[in-house]
Amino acid sequence: MANLQSNLAGIKSPNPFWLASAPPTNSGYQVLRAFDAGWGGAVWKTLGTPIVNVTSRFAALDYKQNKIIGLNNIELITDRPLEENLQEIRECKAKYPDRAIIGSLMEVPERGPWHELVKRVQAAGVDGFELNFGCPHGMSERGMGAAVGQHPDIVEMITAWVVEAAEVPVIVKLTPNITDVRATARAAKRGGAHAISMINTINSLIGVDIETWNPIPHVDGKSSHGGYCGPAVKPIALNMVNECARDSEVGIPISGIGGVSTWQDAVEFFLLGATNVQVCTAVMHHGFRIVEDMIDGLSNYMDSRGIGALDGLIGQAQNKITTWENLNLNYQIVAEIDQEKCIHCSKCYIACEDAAHQCIDRVLVDDVAMLKVDQNHCVGCNLCMMVCPVEDCIEMVQVANGLPPESWKQRSSTVTA
Amino acid sequence: MDYPTLGEPIHKPLTELEVKLEANRCLNCYDAPCMNACPTHIDVASFIGKIATGNLKGSARVILDANAMGASCARVCPTEELCEGACVYKKDDSPIRIGDLQRYAIDWVMDNDVEIFTPGPSSGKHVAIIGGGPAGLSAARDLRRFGHAVTIFDSNDQLGGLNTYGIVPFRLSAEVAIWEAQQVVKLGANVVTNAHVGRDITLASLLKDFDAVVLACGMGRVPKLAIPGEELGGVLDALDFIERAKLGKDVGNLGKHVAVIGAGNTAIDALTCAKRLGAEHVTMYYRRGEAEMTAYEFEYDFAKMEGIEFRFFCAPKRIIGENGRVSAVEFIRTELVAAGEGVLESLMHVPKTIQGSEFIEPADTIISAIGQSRLLDTFAELGIRTREGVVDVDESLQTSRHGVFAAGDCIFEKGTREAMVVEAAEQGKVAARSVDAYLNDPSLRHGSGQAPA
Repeated sequence: MANLQSNLAGIKSPNPFWLASAPPTNSGYQVLRAFDAGWGGAVWKTLGTPIVNVTSRFAALDYKQNKIIGLNNIELITDRPLEENLQEIRECKAKYPDRAIIGSLMEVPERGPWHELVKRVQAAGVDGFELNFGCPHGMSERGMGAAVGQHPDIVEMITAWVVEAAEVPVIVKLTPNITDVRATARAAKRGGAHAISMINTINSLIGVDIETWNPIPHVDGKSSHGGYCGPAVKPIALNMVNECARDSEVGIPISGIGGVSTWQDAVEFFLLGATNVQVCTAVMHHGFRIVEDMIDGLSNYMDSRGIGALDGLIGQAQNKITTWENLNLNYQIVAEIDQEKCIHCSKCYIACEDAAHQCIDRVLVDDVAMLKVDQNHCVGCNLCMMVCPVEDCIEMVQVANGLPPESWKQRSSTVTA
Repeated sequence: MDYPTLGEPIHKPLTELEVKLEANRCLNCYDAPCMNACPTHIDVASFIGKIATGNLKGSARVILDANAMGASCARVCPTEELCEGACVYKKDDSPIRIGDLQRYAIDWVMDNDVEIFTPGPSSGKHVAIIGGGPAGLSAARDLRRFGHAVTIFDSNDQLGGLNTYGIVPFRLSAEVAIWEAQQVVKLGANVVTNAHVGRDITLASLLKDFDAVVLACGMGRVPKLAIPGEELGGVLDALDFIERAKLGKDVGNLGKHVAVIGAGNTAIDALTCAKRLGAEHVTMYYRRGEAEMTAYEFEYDFAKMEGIEFRFFCAPKRIIGENGRVSAVEFIRTELVAAGEGVLESLMHVPKTIQGSEFIEPADTIISAIGQSRLLDTFAELGIRTREGVVDVDESLQTSRHGVFAAGDCIFEKGTREAMVVEAAEQGKVAARSVDAYLNDPSLRHGSGQAPA
């Protein structure tokens, strides 16, 4: 059976599934339940000067009958006294010494208070720190969270303060609410961070109630932007993780966060460069029990491919991402419809007809719509395959055109020469 | 007025959760097979999509625009054979519950008393409609939308035809049928009930007083079994029996054994109705086999679930009575034999009695459901051409007489058209369009009287 042991910059855990710093890690009670369920680690709900929260706090983006494809929150960091949290951390660590407990920290941008916080939390026995430079709401107005994470120089400065005082690895959690996430990732590296975690939540507004015209969620009729997470943000997170993984100036391990709900999601994060993953929204939706299939599914997947340890996955596809100019212009695929599997819904036809290249022929045979791709004109865009409700009914097949690979970069240099 | 329900309805309305799940499961197929399978061509994907977005008024309008009988069709349509049978999910045995979703949208209109349609600007033309069942109501509704005045003549107290009187309440309640008719009346249709064309009103007067006539008189009662003992007490006509049960009139004491003759959908209705009224043994007798039953498969399944017993390959020979009332029936066994060339596939084999195979079954009530007779006298008086009792119409549903159109069961012909509410609704719609074209185009009206043969 595959070994799921994980090691993020020296922080070990029996599996690569951590709970992200968020409502599920608000208390020792919850973290113990999570460890009972099998989670490999937990990043504690951000510690700092306790705040006061508002009600309501969360709102979701649903799509048709799929609940919570995106989640928005305006909750802040812990609202409980630091000592109470630290006592619970000690208890969790005592009961589960093999699991990783990470202290997420937030403090005003002054060296003294940061040193003080690091030392107190370290004394509770945490395995690492995660610096919350990403919370996009509430704390940022007080000069913390994303207000820090959007300034590479401040990220570097505070990271350095923490590293001075820390005896365990330091992870910097990055905000995606920035033009180029690599800038802050590099700053964290320069400040001495041992790892980065990403992404924190994205600035968002879920919507407006069209009956009352109140924003969603609302606090007595008003709202402010919140932090967006959940399955819908995964593509954004994957891109940012990969950008940092491929950047030679970053060069430190990455804890992947953003829409991880299943073991397949985790595999994608690993392949694109993450060393472990952190999960929140899926737990908020389904509870801690989801980790069972994450572990089981990942293990079976690795076994089926003969991969013994996570190293066999981490970063394995990261260099398949490049810039557009390097893509092969001579690679040609066309759609092919499996007539046996086709249920004749004509979704592919109307999508191609109205939104692509008008190359699916639709002929009624005994009142049944028969669909066929005009492969001479198909541009291989994938749209028909994407709208088809039947798995593997439309396949994109490669056309042997006999042309050697040629990128735009190569072609344009040939033209210039 | 409250009518008896005779137990739980066969179909319960979907819950809000079911509606959301089902509406969102619909793929929104392009040129959807369900729409093409619907005789009235309801744009199913469109109305389901509108349910999913919470646009119930728009959804109901899509349904009712195509089918004025949307409320009853949602309950009585053989959806397994039509829209749901054509659903692309049918292949995997999980078609969208189109009928139930349709019901949801129309129930919303019913519950909230929403006005969907308004009459068109007055054309000054007046159309007589003979029969206020699904076909007549459908024609009347659309003629009002076109702006023509309509007067519906119906022989019953209430409009709705078989929807009101002939379909068991646990399938379609009288309240729904009457509400549906009421929507047509609200558009300004004039209604003359208890009016028998041919008896109270002559065709000559209709042709004189109206600019066009739509014949939607349906069919008559169940024909005679033509066997000895038919005059005995306890021998009932299925339609009469269902009507009495549905409207809460006395059906008399059915006794312990009820025998229903026939195997169509009306037979199933009579059987299940008798069972629900408390008869202990309710048995269907049919002179052909299970495979030849004309009832829909789901109707047959329903009857089995209700505890109905079935006897195939036997025909009633005589009814035996005691003190003027039925006590038993003598049956004779039958077998199917080839009928010879040139007949419809469904009639290729005809039942033939087997000599000496008579047997007697106890029966306290006999309900005959062997079909419906044709209203030949009415057709004769109207002077329109018929073929084997079926009114002859062209593609526009015009009869052999100019300005006289026909729709519904009176043009139902075995093997060509289906005797379904949804077919009647479609024919009413087509007839209304044809009447409208006829009224708007003087050239179509020039030769009033007999059309050239």
